[in-house]
Amino acid sequence: MALTGHLLSLLIFFPALGALALLFLRKDDESWIRWLTFAVSVVEFLASLALLGKVTIGTAGYSLEEFSRWVASPAINYHLGVDGISLFLVILTTFLTPICVMSSWHGVHHRIKEFHVMLLLLEVGIVGVFLSLDLFLFFLFWEVMLIPMAFLIGIWGHDRRIYAAVKFVLYTMAGSILMLVGIIWLYNATGTFDLPAIQKMIQRGTLLLPARTEMILFLAFFVAFAIKVPLFPLHTWLPDAHVEAPTAGSIILAGVLLKMGTYGMIRFCLPLFPDASHRAAPWVALLAIIGIIYGALVALVQPNLKKLVAYSSVSHLGFVVLGIFAFTNISLQGAVYQMLAHGISTGALFLLVGMLYDRRHTFEITEYGGLSTPMPRLAAFFLFVALSSLGLPMLNGFVGEYLILLGTYPVHWKWAAWAATGVILSACYLLWAYQRVFFGEVTHQRNRELPDTSSRENWMLVTLAVVTLWMGIGSPFFTRRFGASCETVLQQMNRNVMHEVSQPVLPEQSRGRAAENSAERVAIVR
Amino acid sequence: MSPVSWIDVHRVLPELCWCGFGVVLMLLQPFLKNRQGLTFVALIGAAAGTLITSIAAYGSGFNGLVQFDTFSLFFHWLVGLIAFLVILASDSYLEREGLEPAEFYALILFATAGMGVLASAQELLTAFIGLEMSSISSYVLAGYRRDSIKSSESAMKYFLLGSFATAFFLYGIALVYGATGSTYLSKFAEAEPSGNLMRLGLTLILIGLGFKVAAAPFQIWTPDVYEGAPTPVTALFSAGPKAATFALLLRIFGTSQAATDFWVWAFWILAVLTMFAGNLGALVQSNVKRMLAYSSIAHAGYTLVAFAAVTTMKTNPDGPVPAYGAVLFYLASYSLVSVGAFTIVSELGGKGERHLTQDDYAGLGTRQPFAAAALSLFLLSLLGLPITAGFFGKLYIFNVAIKSSLLWLALLMAINSIIGAYYYLRVIVVMYMHDYKGPVPTEAAQGLSPTAAMVVTVAAIITVYLGLLPNHVLGLLISQNPMVTTR
Repeated sequence: MALTGHLLSLLIFFPALGALALLFLRKDDESWIRWLTFAVSVVEFLASLALLGKVTIGTAGYSLEEFSRWVASPAINYHLGVDGISLFLVILTTFLTPICVMSSWHGVHHRIKEFHVMLLLLEVGIVGVFLSLDLFLFFLFWEVMLIPMAFLIGIWGHDRRIYAAVKFVLYTMAGSILMLVGIIWLYNATGTFDLPAIQKMIQRGTLLLPARTEMILFLAFFVAFAIKVPLFPLHTWLPDAHVEAPTAGSIILAGVLLKMGTYGMIRFCLPLFPDASHRAAPWVALLAIIGIIYGALVALVQPNLKKLVAYSSVSHLGFVVLGIFAFTNISLQGAVYQMLAHGISTGALFLLVGMLYDRRHTFEITEYGGLSTPMPRLAAFFLFVALSSLGLPMLNGFVGEYLILLGTYPVHWKWAAWAATGVILSACYLLWAYQRVFFGEVTHQRNRELPDTSSRENWMLVTLAVVTLWMGIGSPFFTRRFGASCETVLQQMNRNVMHEVSQPVLPEQSRGRAAENSAERVAIVR
Repeated sequence: MSPVSWIDVHRVLPELCWCGFGVVLMLLQPFLKNRQGLTFVALIGAAAGTLITSIAAYGSGFNGLVQFDTFSLFFHWLVGLIAFLVILASDSYLEREGLEPAEFYALILFATAGMGVLASAQELLTAFIGLEMSSISSYVLAGYRRDSIKSSESAMKYFLLGSFATAFFLYGIALVYGATGSTYLSKFAEAEPSGNLMRLGLTLILIGLGFKVAAAPFQIWTPDVYEGAPTPVTALFSAGPKAATFALLLRIFGTSQAATDFWVWAFWILAVLTMFAGNLGALVQSNVKRMLAYSSIAHAGYTLVAFAAVTTMKTNPDGPVPAYGAVLFYLASYSLVSVGAFTIVSELGGKGERHLTQDDYAGLGTRQPFAAAALSLFLLSLLGLPITAGFFGKLYIFNVAIKSSLLWLALLMAINSIIGAYYYLRVIVVMYMHDYKGPVPTEAAQGLSPTAAMVVTVAAIITVYLGLLPNHVLGLLISQNPMVTTR
């Protein structure tokens, strides 16, 4: 039983153990290195599935919490917990990692040991980010994850890899250092880094931030997350990082890393700074909509297939941000769903693009054409994944986008209308690209002899396709588990707003009473 | 005035020990021709002086000229450890460059004794003696590679500008004496806080010491001196004398005398100038040793941010103690990381220190995995990435700055950290992502010497240890005011 009590720690540090074990293997034991990494990541995935049984359906709040003191002053705690939202993001991470290992089986040829060590360390950082309930711990994992990702891009990437790696690190770091200042500011105001504790203070009104301060703090957090997402004007690192990263790096980057940004918005920006979130919402939504349309338009004219997929991420993540900042339960659920769906389908798209690259060593669309003749299986998979990404009903992308639009429409129909153009555009750029790559005559002689998918590739693609389909038709399995958590996030926001409205000015002595009032009100709401 | 007793001697035991071993080393030279033997004696000396602090009792001695408390205990440990590591790292360097070991080690020990005096001085003239002991040894050490023009230039520059700064310091003491009638720090509190004479005196002292810690605009000498000096000596400069001078600055400006807006702004401006001077300078360096020299200026700037927080103690609910803690922790984390980094630079430099540019580091990740990994760890600590000492160091400084409502200063420090990230990462990028072009330097291909590897390992372990469990050290420093003499 002691083991399940520390399941979350185990999930975080098991890949690190695997990385440590890898260090003891000889450099040229290539297949050992690959198989060990694969085994570690599969075990990690199976262990993460155990979380499903631990998060009770229909209840919010954190499960499997672990709490111990780490540093006494400033009071940093090792506080972990999982709820419906982080649950699936963790599983997404652990699901994509073995696929990354498999995808680089023949794609990565040099410094294989270091590559797999970095991949596992990256998993440590990402899982840690999703499971941390201490602001400080969160920040720590957030930063730690940067280095392995930068190495993955910088060592195993393509031609302009170093530029892309440095750009990626500097962008993220610029955002996160501001977030650190914000975190410390919050610590000095509350005396704790503990997220649930601070949330409680804000909800009860024991911590009242002046509007201006709240906005500055909101921005300190929001900019860090917006860079990661990436939201429209801050997105310029993404195409470079994606195009230059090796396939495995792109899969993790698009599949999970971007979600850390939107996860951060849900977990921190909304509950901690509800008023500022409300005030900023129109601007954020504007940027999100610009991102949706701009990303789609740029994707439309991309001659580079990988860049096309990268810009489609900008567009899709715009939907997620829009869903978050519409502040309705349905749109928020849609946002979480879209995060998962995008992880799977864009991960799969990058995987397929990587397979094409392995065969022809180019991303230029004009170099391809008529590929469905030499490789019908790959073409079929690509079509399936493209359709899921553009939001065909019955596949995963549809559920998320539909919920977001459905939830946004009643409150801001204009936002929904503009965003909906993104759905149409995504069909345009994906299908057009598909047509140019796979249909028509084979224009380049070399393309005639390209081998179709191998059995290893089939395994990966079938797994992804099954999940895609399952998420498309079995969506209640997911929404039931994170619905309550989404509701809680919104309650945490709205409660506070109501409390603000009823008590516009709070003199010092009446704070206690105000807290009681709001508690009563909460009881009534329930 | 009571006569000097055994108790007084007790307060300066570490200094006596270091000086004693320094003299022994010089006497041993004619008899002991073996370099390793001398290294061994020097190491014992450095360690003995450090360990003896644990039997030295707290309290003041020599009629209040020195005081042994947690504060000086901390700095004695720090400079002792630095001396130990630098001596260990010098062993292979002296062999490679064919330099005489005995005087070299003796000078390091004398300098360390001077730093010890600086850390426990309670009176300005005593502090002056400590400063001179450490400075004069440093001048000689900087020029220890006699046949190198750069080394001689370094020594000359350091000596001339250093003497100039010392003059400022002395003149400052004279003015303070004029204002208070005493050179004892304890008498400062009684002086009129806004007295112009006092303020001028303290300003001159600040200029003198600002020179020694390489605070802008008094930092011009630093890159040249650090670049020219033998690399183990550079390691010492960036760590020991800097930490000890900061200790004295803290003793002087940690008093209520300095808790005025005037000094907050003085340190505010000094910190901002120093951070930018260091980081912008480092940004354009292609020589790694010189880049680390500029980076050492930047880190002095970060430390000065905490000083600005110290001087706001009146508005600060917890008093200055957390800010003291931030300074001390930062100095410890920076010094050890810096010693580790310079040791690697020293080893990779090859005979005559010819391989110092970034291009020489290309592909180091595959050629010398251990050195590259350790240097990356140190650079990441300097950058302030989590699970390294540097991260908590920065965190504590951010924390006290924000606590003292110095929000703008904290933001400027954040901006500087990002600038810093660029040039630290560049070295890591070169080591791991560039391929080495040209012939493999034979010396550098051999890997680190065993002694240097030991230094690097110790520094790396401490870096990670302070990054994981900072509380063990910090808890000691902030549980109570470290400048009181009760244990």
